[in-house]
Amino acid sequence: MRKLNSLAISDNGFIFKPSTGESFTTNEMGLFIIQLLKENKSGEEIINAIMEDFEVDKITAGRDLYEYLDFLKREQMMD
Amino acid sequence: MSKNIYERPVLRKVVEGIPNKFGSLKRLRPIETIDNVAIDDIINKYGSPVFILSEKTIRETYKTAYRAFSTRYPKVQFAWSYKTNYLDAVCRIFHQEGAWAEVVSGFEYEKALDNNIPGNKIIFNGPDKSREDLIRAINNNSLIHIDHFDELYTIIKLVEELDERPQVAIRVNMDTGIIPQWDRFGFNYENGEAWNAINRILSNGKIDLLGLHIHIGTYITMSKAYATAIEKLAALAAKTFDRFQKTINYIDLGGGFASQNTLQGAYMPATDTTPSFDDYAHTITTAMTAVNFPNNEMPTLILETGRALVDEAGWLAGTVLANKRLADGRRAMVIDAGVNLMFTAFWYDYEIFPVHETSFQSEPTTIYGPLCMNIDVIRKNIDFPMLNKGDHFVIKRVGAYTMTQWMQFITYRPNVVLIDLKGEVHLIRKQEDKEVFRRQELIPEYLR
Repeated sequence: MRKLNSLAISDNGFIFKPSTGESFTTNEMGLFIIQLLKENKSGEEIINAIMEDFEVDKITAGRDLYEYLDFLKREQMMD
Repeated sequence: MSKNIYERPVLRKVVEGIPNKFGSLKRLRPIETIDNVAIDDIINKYGSPVFILSEKTIRETYKTAYRAFSTRYPKVQFAWSYKTNYLDAVCRIFHQEGAWAEVVSGFEYEKALDNNIPGNKIIFNGPDKSREDLIRAINNNSLIHIDHFDELYTIIKLVEELDERPQVAIRVNMDTGIIPQWDRFGFNYENGEAWNAINRILSNGKIDLLGLHIHIGTYITMSKAYATAIEKLAALAAKTFDRFQKTINYIDLGGGFASQNTLQGAYMPATDTTPSFDDYAHTITTAMTAVNFPNNEMPTLILETGRALVDEAGWLAGTVLANKRLADGRRAMVIDAGVNLMFTAFWYDYEIFPVHETSFQSEPTTIYGPLCMNIDVIRKNIDFPMLNKGDHFVIKRVGAYTMTQWMQFITYRPNVVLIDLKGEVHLIRKQEDKEVFRRQELIPEYLR
C-alpha cells in the first residue's frame, strides 16, 4: 500500500512514480482497480465490485485483474 | 439500469525517446464487411479461418492494370500467372477479362486446359517441363518459353518425331540493376548464352522463335529496371533480324510488380512506396516505343504480373484463440491462422484488423499462429487493440501465393469463398477433411 500511495495519479489515468521518475498510463478500468486497492479491498471484493458496475463475467474479470496486479508488482508499484 | 461496457485494465509505461516523424499510430479501425458482406456471417457459415476473395476487386484491379498499359502501347496482352493463385474460379475471372494463362508445370498446364484456355494462349514457363509436357505443349501450339539448353535439345529431338513446329520463346536473364540478379532462370544475355540459344533454334529451321522473355525478379519497386531489360532485349531482337531476317513477335516482360504489402524491415509502408500500374506502364511503354525494333515492327507486349493483380482481392478472416504474456511481459495473441496458411508472413508485415471495435486501448503485441512451432509468427510487433478469445480478425491483401504455397501441417486447409459482383458468397474450394488424406495413404498389409 505504501508504494501505491506514493504514486501521483491524475483523473485521466496518467501515473507518475516519484521514486524512479517513470510515467505510466492506465485506462478507466485500471483507475477503478487502483482506487479499490487503495481502499484495501481484497481481490475477491474488487472482482465483485467490477461485476456490479460493468458487463463482465467473473472468470474474465478475475483473469484480467490478476494480470493487472502482476503488472503493478513487476513495475514495483505495489507491495 | 444497464451496466457499463467492460474494458480490460491496461497499464503502459510511457517510454521517452525521439518521436518519429509519422507521429503516433492512428487508431486501428475495424473492418466489419468485405464488399458489403458481413465477415461474421461468412465465418459463421464457412468456419474459421476462411479465405475470402472479392471478384469485384479482382476485376477492377485487372481493368486498372490493362488500361494503364493499353492506353500507352498498341499491343498488350496479359497472361494470368497460375502459380500466384490457381483456384479455378480465380483463373476464370482473369480469363474472362481477357488474360491468357501462364503456367510453370504440367499440373498448372492441365488446369489451364480445364479452364478452357486454347493451347495457343498458354505460355509454358519454368525449368521443369517433362518430355510428355513438351509433346503436349508442342501439339497444342502452346508458347514454350525455353529455360535451359537441355530443354532446347529435348525440343530439337522432338521436332524429328512430331509433325508440329514448336512455338517457342527463350527466357533471358541479365543485369538490370536489380539485386539479387535472377540468373538461375533462362539464358544469360551478357555472356552470350542467349544469343547462342537463338542461333541453335533458328539454324534448326523447324522451330518458330516467336518471343523473348524476361522476368527480372519479384516485388520490383524500381520500374526503371524494366526499361533496362527492354533495351537489352531490343538489341537481341535487332541482332536476330540482322542474322536471320526474323522479327520477334512478342516481348514478355514477366511479372514482378510489387503489391501494396509491406516487406519486413521496410522503413516506409508499401502503400507509400510501391509504384502504381501507371508508373510501371509509363516506364515500360516509354522504353518499348523508344527502342528500335527491327523493321519498325512493334512486338506485342506480354505481361505476367500476378501478385499486384490479386493480392488486394484476398482476405483471411479468423478467430482469436488466446491471449498470453511472454516472459518479458509483452503481450502475445494466438490466432487460428498460422504460417501454414500464410507462408508469405515470413517476408510481409501483413495488415491485420479487428472485425469489431472491442477496445480503445492497444498494446504492442506479437501475433502467433496456432502451430506447435516457434516460427509460427504472423506479426512480430504490432500495436494492436486488445481482442478477447473468440473475437474475429481479418488480414488484408492475402490473395497472392497464400492459396498456392499453403502447407498441410497438423490441420486441414480451410474453405475459400468468393464474393461475386452481386454480393453473393460462393464456396470455391472446400475445406479438407480426414477423407482427403485417407484417400492418399496406403497401409501395407502387415501393418493393418
